Amino acid sequence: MKTNAAVSRREFLRVSTLAGGGFVIGYAVPGTAFAQAANLLDDTAKQFTPNPFIKITPENIITILAKNPETGQGVKTSLPMIVAEELDADFSTIVIEQAGLRGDVGAQFAGGSRSTPDNYMRLRQAGATARTMLVEAAAQTWGVPASELTTDKGKVLHAPTGRSLTYGQLATKAATLPIPDEKTVRLKKEGEFRVMGSRVGGVDNPAIVTGQRLFGIDQKLPGMVYAAYEKCPVYGGKVISANTERIKKLPGILDCFVLEGTDNINGLKPGVAIIGTSTWATFSAKRQLQVEWDESGGVGHGTEAYAAKAAELGKAGGTNVRNDGDVAAAFSAAAKVVESSYVYPYLNHATLEPQGCTAWMKDGEIRCWTTSQTPGGGQDLVSKTVNLPKEKVKLEFVRGGGGFGRRLANDYMAEVAAIAMRTNGAPVKLTWTREDDMRHDCYHRPGGYHFLKGAVDAAGKISAWQNHFVTFGFKSTERPASGADLGLDELPARFLTNFRLDQTIISTMVPSGPMRAPRSNALAWVFQSFIDELAHAAKRDPVELRLELLGEDRQVPPGAGRQGTPYDTARMKGVVKLAAEKSGWSSPLPKGEGRGIAFHFSHSGYVAMVAHVAVSKDGNLSVPEVTAVCDVGPIINLSGAENQVEGSVVDGLGAVWLQEMTFEEGRAMQSNFHDFPLLRINAAPPKIGVHFIQSPVPPTGLGEPPYPVVMPAICNAIFAATGKRIRQWPITKSDLSWS
Amino acid sequence: MPSYTLKINGQARTINVPADTPLLWALRDHLDLVGTKYGCGMGLCGACTVHLNGAAVRSCQTSVSAVGNTPVTTIEGLDPAGQHPLQKAWCDHDVPQCGYCQAGQIMTAAAFLKQNPAPTDAQIDDAMAGNLCRCGTYIRIRAAIKDAAKGGAA
Repeated sequence: MKTNAAVSRREFLRVSTLAGGGFVIGYAVPGTAFAQAANLLDDTAKQFTPNPFIKITPENIITILAKNPETGQGVKTSLPMIVAEELDADFSTIVIEQAGLRGDVGAQFAGGSRSTPDNYMRLRQAGATARTMLVEAAAQTWGVPASELTTDKGKVLHAPTGRSLTYGQLATKAATLPIPDEKTVRLKKEGEFRVMGSRVGGVDNPAIVTGQRLFGIDQKLPGMVYAAYEKCPVYGGKVISANTERIKKLPGILDCFVLEGTDNINGLKPGVAIIGTSTWATFSAKRQLQVEWDESGGVGHGTEAYAAKAAELGKAGGTNVRNDGDVAAAFSAAAKVVESSYVYPYLNHATLEPQGCTAWMKDGEIRCWTTSQTPGGGQDLVSKTVNLPKEKVKLEFVRGGGGFGRRLANDYMAEVAAIAMRTNGAPVKLTWTREDDMRHDCYHRPGGYHFLKGAVDAAGKISAWQNHFVTFGFKSTERPASGADLGLDELPARFLTNFRLDQTIISTMVPSGPMRAPRSNALAWVFQSFIDELAHAAKRDPVELRLELLGEDRQVPPGAGRQGTPYDTARMKGVVKLAAEKSGWSSPLPKGEGRGIAFHFSHSGYVAMVAHVAVSKDGNLSVPEVTAVCDVGPIINLSGAENQVEGSVVDGLGAVWLQEMTFEEGRAMQSNFHDFPLLRINAAPPKIGVHFIQSPVPPTGLGEPPYPVVMPAICNAIFAATGKRIRQWPITKSDLSWS
Repeated sequence: MPSYTLKINGQARTINVPADTPLLWALRDHLDLVGTKYGCGMGLCGACTVHLNGAAVRSCQTSVSAVGNTPVTTIEGLDPAGQHPLQKAWCDHDVPQCGYCQAGQIMTAAAFLKQNPAPTDAQIDDAMAGNLCRCGTYIRIRAAIKDAAKGGAA
């Protein structure tokens, strides 16, 4: 698709460093409107600004800055596509330049599926403003009205005379023109888009498939040394003593020392640093490290103990946190009452590139080459950790081998920065082993326990819903831990008259945080499974019952006194109906096969999914087909968007089928992919159908919304195939055999 | 420290490393070939796959001392111009998300297609089952391998 263009893109990269002159357009500084920032452009025209967002040289090399970190979600390709669209440039010839952390391009982070919605209008405006100025430059050059001019693939055209000039030929003149008022700049209308909505290959693909230096772990600097860092297997544990003197004498080892660390579980944790002449030297030395740890914080903390406590607390009833209508009255009047409990485990992010970072402390400032999803937070953390003012902490963004929320934390940056203070000015690369990564996820998806009671009335409608959620608080029984809150307005809230939520919090010292579609990634599994149970109790078709639950087409505001996005029931029903249609929902399947449906609203996206599973008599599961329908508004890059949805299906299937983290005495029991498996290709669905309903609303993100529905769709399908309801995650804990 | 002369991508390269150094780290840290990736260090994920005399092996489980004169091919040397049918197919199908595993995927697939130029879907799944993709790009990996096979992989 893009191979040739991409090759030429790399050639352009070399040329662009030599080019001078031309046209640069700045970009909004934080907290200012674009038009204000654009005033900077009079200066930038004469001298390149420090924040070139679009750069056009007289040699016609067009460079667009990719502002946000790339960890596989595709924004290094899709955000520049938005600029190129309004600029009316040929995307295949554009040079994409990855930004580092800078103060002048707005927020730079990769999380919450926010890259697209937060940047869409600003990027369009940036592209359109540049295009308007190039057209004006042509109008003045030819002495014709701008209204007679059009643009196409990086050229301004004058149809009446057949003349044309490239943007490069116009760049120097355009740079002398005043910035047009934002209100006078015309944006393209729907139907005029050529770049957005097309299929574009990832801009780094040619470098990826040829093994070029790209990722965090690939960084290399002159005179660089290598580091490993050993932390206490018990979360938060401190170093009492370590055989650092012996380690220092090992071959290839330059230094070994204890870092006292802090109590910040997402910051610099206590540990032992090893510096050497190669990664292998440090990894080898790490195995000979003998550390006496203070592990007292872990006593009594483990998966079994938590489960026993949750079972006991579940019976007792919790603190009421939401109470709509009168569930008690509805239960007394019910035709059927269903009670169920669901349990899901902690999960590790398991990015395939383990955490790590490269840093160089030099001339009073520290520079980091980071894969962070929150580089601004990383800068703060490094600044505090090594006691340098923020402006002395410089960050370059390098491609991250997977994020999924793990790199929202910056613990590895704090570690490498602390180590870099002790390398006598040599740059240092810290690499975590897989075991480090598995045992020290400070942002685990938290586990949880749900005790549900639901009712259907004589008409077969859901008439009551009650949930007691036993969750975790980080060293607290008062406040849920990060990612462990109930989300009081999560579906099916707002759609049921009698709806009650209670909560009890178990104190834990196991850290947690955001993982892909935080909160929803667990709650959707529970709630969409339980809706299915109620549909079965009411002898109703699961699709039909869901459509009935959503009701008339309307906007459903957040519950009284709550904040949130109104739900658009037409969009929600739209995805459910299309998923049913595309999956052949009503067509019969042989015994041992079944379809399951789920829908959810997460991170501004509406998604429905139908899974088709097959279970052999002896209980072997396979997933022949999954159908996904997403409504996140207009799609920027169709190829990247489909890839995110396909990936969500595989990710979610692997998680619910195979994965759990368990703990004993405050330590993780899993260490690598043998005991924390990822789905392999031979278990991946042969067919994943991805469909988009492109509602005419501003586009929203797609990294997260398709993920939460996967797990309930799969488990509901297993019920349809076998009559066995999966209430315990992972599926491997259940016997699926049938006769 | 012992000295080893390895045949890497058609060139003789000499390094001084401990005998137990995995080929993976010799490539990455000592030979500046960083396309081969570290994922697990236990031969579980396949991110470190290279060819030894044309056969796909896990370089994290292959010590430098065991390599001897056997020719080693890494992702950087798979095709001089980066135009191996699999590399082209990977771009055509826009396979990567994060991209971290993809060099290993391509190296496994390249060795496999040499053995079996016209594989079935099941054979592709079997051959590729040792390579993990955390982003879940398996659907596209299958499609790209099938395309490359049709196009006559070298």
